[in-house]
Amino acid sequence: MKFDIRATALTAAIALTGLLPGGAAQAEEVNGLKTAASFESIESEQARSVAIFEEMAKVITHARCVNCHPVTGGPLQGENQKPHSPPIPRTEDNFGVVAMRCTTCHGEENRPFLGETGSVPGNGHWQLAPQSMGWVGLTVPEICAQLKDPERNGGRTLEEVAHHMGHDTLVGWAWAPGEGREPAPGSWEGFSELAVNWIETGAACPG
Amino acid sequence: MTDLTINGKDVSLDVPGDTPLLWALRDNLRLTGTKFGCGVAQCGACTVMVDGMPVRSCITPVEDLEGSDVTTIEALEGPEADAVRKAWVDLDVPQCGYCQSGQIIAAATLLTEIPQPTDEDIDFAMAGNACRCATYVRIRKAIHNAAKILEA
Repeated sequence: MKFDIRATALTAAIALTGLLPGGAAQAEEVNGLKTAASFESIESEQARSVAIFEEMAKVITHARCVNCHPVTGGPLQGENQKPHSPPIPRTEDNFGVVAMRCTTCHGEENRPFLGETGSVPGNGHWQLAPQSMGWVGLTVPEICAQLKDPERNGGRTLEEVAHHMGHDTLVGWAWAPGEGREPAPGSWEGFSELAVNWIETGAACPG
Repeated sequence: MTDLTINGKDVSLDVPGDTPLLWALRDNLRLTGTKFGCGVAQCGACTVMVDGMPVRSCITPVEDLEGSDVTTIEALEGPEADAVRKAWVDLDVPQCGYCQSGQIIAAATLLTEIPQPTDEDIDFAMAGNACRCATYVRIRKAIHNAAKILEA
């Protein structure tokens, strides 16, 4: 039942744009997310960096990401970001309550419902982001500043932030969330490229 | 073929890997204490212990359990389980009883980690175990009583 989410996302992106690997044409946008290459025409590096982050924010503020990055309380769920059902408060380890840990219901991958369409979402890293990494209600500039702040980003360097965005399979789940859940815009590969380019251009934040 | 331990016995399950653990328990091993409730991991009736943690068996494929140690209501034991069972009987907690195997597994797990739980601890820990007869007040009281049994 396991599959490579990144490969799947890349294949989907190629299929949707009609491009073949190695093709000369560059898509400006894939699945609602502009490609890193589409920002090359912006001369000012800072302006380019800001524009790239604003594009990244389409993913960061999507329900697939925000639902596990609440500011207070426990996880959210659904496109309308309702509180998790059954109710789960935030706990010290961000991993659910006694007798109902994340792994009580969430497995290594999305697990199909029994007898009806749909699935319980899952990933081997399934857990709530720490409160310092909460995004709900924050503006895009505020999220940007938080991502760069080691006091609030889990002590990560910018390269480690980009690595999390591009290699943590829990982030990649956002593009393979299972039937009935809208994937994050673009592809994991495309988002990862944006993150790398954002850092390479100085990791500037919108004003 | 999936090799695992169920209720202390080595078992080789010769079922397709995507078979839910719940079906393997009930249909293949005739361990019918674990119930099918909702099939979407929302009601808790199918809860079993996997490697010491409660897990919803209705959505857990057998292929994910290679080498795991599964305990069902039939073999749940230890001081917490004993205290919960006594408190359950003393208070006549079940109405129809359908959800009770999951309720008891959750309650015993709670008491193992929090020997003297508050009402809030109980409400959160048990929130994933629905009871259609609404015996929640008796369940909460029985858990408090089980905590007293354990303390004595």
